[in-house]
Amino acid sequence: MLDRKRIFQILAIGGIAAYLASCSFFEADWPALKDAKERKKAPDFALKDSTGQVVKLSDFKGKVVLLNFWATWCGPCEVEIPWFIEFERQYKDRDFAVLGVSADEDGWTSVRPFVERQKMNYRVVLADEKVSQLYGGVDALPTSFIIDREGRVASSHIGLISKNTYRTEILKLLESPKDEKNGVVSRNRLPASPWADLLRPPGAGASN
Amino acid sequence: MPVPLSLAEGYHVNSNHPSDEYLIPLRLTWSRGVLTPGEVVYPTPTQHKIQSEPKPLSVYSGNFQLIAKFNVPPTSVAGPAAMSGKLRYQACNDKMCLAPKDLDVSVQLDIVK
Repeated sequence: MLDRKRIFQILAIGGIAAYLASCSFFEADWPALKDAKERKKAPDFALKDSTGQVVKLSDFKGKVVLLNFWATWCGPCEVEIPWFIEFERQYKDRDFAVLGVSADEDGWTSVRPFVERQKMNYRVVLADEKVSQLYGGVDALPTSFIIDREGRVASSHIGLISKNTYRTEILKLLESPKDEKNGVVSRNRLPASPWADLLRPPGAGASN
Repeated sequence: MPVPLSLAEGYHVNSNHPSDEYLIPLRLTWSRGVLTPGEVVYPTPTQHKIQSEPKPLSVYSGNFQLIAKFNVPPTSVAGPAAMSGKLRYQACNDKMCLAPKDLDVSVQLDIVK
């Protein structure tokens, strides 16, 4: 018969395994923001949305921005869109915004009905060759950049990554104090484990 | 006339009848030339299920070939003939997609009377 300590250890290991799986720990991506002092200024641009209004990246100064290069013909891009819709809804009141830049060659002919079909609730503009080059030559989609409140690129991702990685990076930037210029925003590559308390033997007391 | 194609490992292109209206189909077209372009026969696609996508994609991958058919006009002369055209394709792997491309294609044939 297993004693109480052994049962405790088995539950702890199982719980940690389940948590790590949910964090996509074993996938190729995990949250990794650049140190604040290493972030470069995100190049500004001016592109038009579906109403013809000019949208500049600098219009979003003070907000955390998820800048997403995508296209209607890109399957992995379509996977991410519901996530971005959710982020826009959940965090827009915390100074966050998603900005989609479509690389569709036929422009609004394809993009407008697609945006309606997907019920995209965030700003979408059409790319030009200049913006692609400004961001290092966007050759593959999706390509996304997370931009901090000071307009600096905090992380970049090429290809489909996990929803959790996006969410963790966005939350870290939202929770960072404004005008973070020095020091490290976050050294931890994984979010705090809710199972941490299980690692201590019974009777050791709570952590901070 | 077979038109052999080869994709890098891990990549696929949409078939000529993709699973969604927004996906860009594989399409071979010919410029005007000595011969009259006929039907292009595409191979049977595979249904590729990507974990992140709700429905399987109709795709080609690896090595495959199209069959290009031509009609010989009555006024054409026996001998070698060349036809040129474009192959429109758009490739992805399971994580990312590359921009649509047009590839120049040419075939050499012998007209026999």
